[in-house]
Amino acid sequence: MLARLTTFAIDGLASRRITVEVDLRTGLPGFTIVGRGDAAVRESRERVQSAIRNSGFEFPNRRVTVNLAPAYLPKHGPGYDLATACGLLVASGQVPADDAERWAVFGELSLGGELRPCGGALAVAEGARRHGLHGLIVPRECAPEARLVDGVAVAGVSDLQGVAAILRGEPPPEAPMAPAAPEPAEVGEDLSDVRGHASPIRALTIAAAGGHNILLVGPPGTGKTMLARRLAGILPPLLSDEALEVTRIHSLAGLRQGRAGLVAARPFRAPHHSISASGLVGGGIHPGPGEASLAHHGVLFLDELSEFSRPALEALRQPLEDRHVTIVRGQRAALLPTRFMLVAATNPCPCGRGKRACECTSADHGRHRRRLSGPLLDRIDLHVAVEPPEERALTAPPVTSTREVRESVLRARDRQANRLTGTGRSCNADMPQAMVPPAADLPAEARDALRQAYARGTLSARGHSRVLRVARTIADLDGSDGIGAVHVLQAIGLRRSPDLEEQQAA
Amino acid sequence: MSRVDACDPCLRRTELIARLSPRIERAGRGRAAYGRLLALPDDELISAMGANSDAKLHVARAAFAPDVARRRCDEAEVSAICRHAAGYPARLLELDDPPAVLHVAGDLSALEGACGGVEDVPAVAVIGARRATTYALDVAWTLGRDLAVAGVTVVSGMALGCDSAAHHGALEGEGRTIAVLAGGADVAYPASKRALHRRIQAQGCAVSELPPGAGVMRWSFPARNRLIAALAAAVIVVEGRERSGSLITADIAADLGRPVGAVPGEVTTPRSAGTNALLADGAAVIRDGRDALDLLCLPVRRRPPRVQREQPRPAPAPRPAVQPAPPLEPGLRQALAAVDDGADSPDRLALALDGDVAAATVALTRLELAGVLRRERDGSYSRRAR
Repeated sequence: MLARLTTFAIDGLASRRITVEVDLRTGLPGFTIVGRGDAAVRESRERVQSAIRNSGFEFPNRRVTVNLAPAYLPKHGPGYDLATACGLLVASGQVPADDAERWAVFGELSLGGELRPCGGALAVAEGARRHGLHGLIVPRECAPEARLVDGVAVAGVSDLQGVAAILRGEPPPEAPMAPAAPEPAEVGEDLSDVRGHASPIRALTIAAAGGHNILLVGPPGTGKTMLARRLAGILPPLLSDEALEVTRIHSLAGLRQGRAGLVAARPFRAPHHSISASGLVGGGIHPGPGEASLAHHGVLFLDELSEFSRPALEALRQPLEDRHVTIVRGQRAALLPTRFMLVAATNPCPCGRGKRACECTSADHGRHRRRLSGPLLDRIDLHVAVEPPEERALTAPPVTSTREVRESVLRARDRQANRLTGTGRSCNADMPQAMVPPAADLPAEARDALRQAYARGTLSARGHSRVLRVARTIADLDGSDGIGAVHVLQAIGLRRSPDLEEQQAA
Repeated sequence: MSRVDACDPCLRRTELIARLSPRIERAGRGRAAYGRLLALPDDELISAMGANSDAKLHVARAAFAPDVARRRCDEAEVSAICRHAAGYPARLLELDDPPAVLHVAGDLSALEGACGGVEDVPAVAVIGARRATTYALDVAWTLGRDLAVAGVTVVSGMALGCDSAAHHGALEGEGRTIAVLAGGADVAYPASKRALHRRIQAQGCAVSELPPGAGVMRWSFPARNRLIAALAAAVIVVEGRERSGSLITADIAADLGRPVGAVPGEVTTPRSAGTNALLADGAAVIRDGRDALDLLCLPVRRRPPRVQREQPRPAPAPRPAVQPAPPLEPGLRQALAAVDDGADSPDRLALALDGDVAAATVALTRLELAGVLRRERDGSYSRRAR
């Protein structure tokens, strides 16, 4: 007897259709699984045997061969348990075969026959829709996530008995009526607890409004991390298709367990500086997302930027440039999206004291600069100094509040969305180059400022176009249709200015 | 293009010093008076270094072939001029212990100002600390540039910090500059200044008393400081602690009768303690290039003034960077006054002017682009040297 069941494998961020073929033959009783499975797949034999027996079914006393096709694709993880068990039940005639073809099954089994949740339900449901299947059977906990995909009937089931009932043609259990409500945005710290720091807050506002990368520079203890953490609160909410992408990635990484529905808040990832290059951009034997992809459509916060390893920082170059990263491992390549906003914090120099009190040599400064320099710093449009607030500012009322800033960010994003309709981009940082206003269209004073900055070495040739993007965002925040001189001047003032020694040596 | 114009005894002396270098290093530990040693004649120097019984040294001295030394200079493209040759800088002869041979990498004619010929182009040393504040780097660079524009050769030691800034300034001013090195003239030390070393050779020269390829030793730094003091007609210290190398140079210069100038620094920081002490001892106050030029006219010359040259050298065209800036508009003047009063960051300026940060950023950026202010590493703004 031969049975065929459909399930899905996770390949990078997408799902691939897998046909689980189960064949029962006469011969010495045995149980073999072929098709490039890993240890978890091999061990699935024990789980499947016990689960079938403990669910009141009979494990066929025959020679069992299971093939996971296509055979060239390496399979990993326990997600094939359910398909294997169902295939055995169909092949041994305990469940009729007719309905088994209309459903895809996906889930891990416990020895008692209960279904355990696995990551990636959203990607699997998308695969089921793509292949035109009638429905998808997943563990109950995964059902809300799988239901985010329209056009596929999703049955959330708690044990193997329930799965067998659906395959026999019984109606699947009713979906809970409460629709997947967006999870409430996490209440973070508010900007109204901050005293002083007006210019870093202004820079963070610009960064949030235009999706620009930002670097906070300041001596230890001045509030760089404190400010960066408040960025999450002023970011615009995720758009619905953005939320779907984020949910898919987080689900694959196992970050969604116990939580239903879509991710509502933009991700804020703050990996420790000891992270490896593959931890940052993705990797592993089965290429999976790294922090850069987990921060997709959100914020990647690198505190103490100069402490990150050189390879890790170098690895960020492609993601920052192309907004995606291609990871190749053992003949498998995975394309992972990395449309994040980089927020970094660092000391002004190795000793951290800055300016007059600094005791570093120019060689120390050179090393510090080289650690951070090059393409990475060039891609960070906003460089802002964070200094201890003035005494006057400490007693003054807060500069602003999260709600107020968020509203102005939302207004600026609206203006951008109107301008960028049809381009598939949502903010000025991602604006297609052709839409960056040419310098020739600027008012004379703004053109002069750009020319002077270029002549003084404050602005590189590459910096030119990036300054205009930031100026566009500042104009959006001001509600202005055209870019004025004040916008360009602010953008230049926020851009990195090369070190005095670099300028002198130029 | 290199020229070797050195007599055999002078080459022999140079070779001896290079061979004795490790012994001088050991003997000089704890003492700063390397210069005195170098004034001793060969035999006394050997016995002072305890090398009388060094058989290897005597064999090497006996086997010394001046032509080999000359060929080495040629191969390294380094000119060698001994103190008996015509092209030897006359000013060096004022030292008790002038180097036997001056090795020159780059343009020999850059030395001519220091040669004491009719074509006397004045040379000024601009030196200072390796660990320097950005203020000192800025001033050193500006002095280097302004002196170069005025046709003065800038002499310095190519060390990190102030020295390199002065050289860079002179290169920017398209004037001549001389780097006096502690190792061989063809060796870029510190290695990170390789690019600067190359540019100096194109627009001036690097000189050393040690043969090509020689490495640096601790004793060779104070030893080269005496060459900086002697080559220059005046010495300006931009920033330095007490008992720093720059102050040694200033002392030697004063002993030679050269005018010494110093750039004032804050009295509370040890980084300027040396320069402030020089000022207290009567050194000239150097605020800008004009003060530096005035220093050359001070009447403390040991030698009688030279005859006026018949045809003055055509002055280099003034560079646009030093042209007076147009007057600032009132709003910027007000902002600049606030910056001078300590409101040197967007946050502080906004508080001082009761405005918003955006306006403060705009004002600061305008002042930066106008060349009045510069941005420090920590994002604060300060006045640029003018």
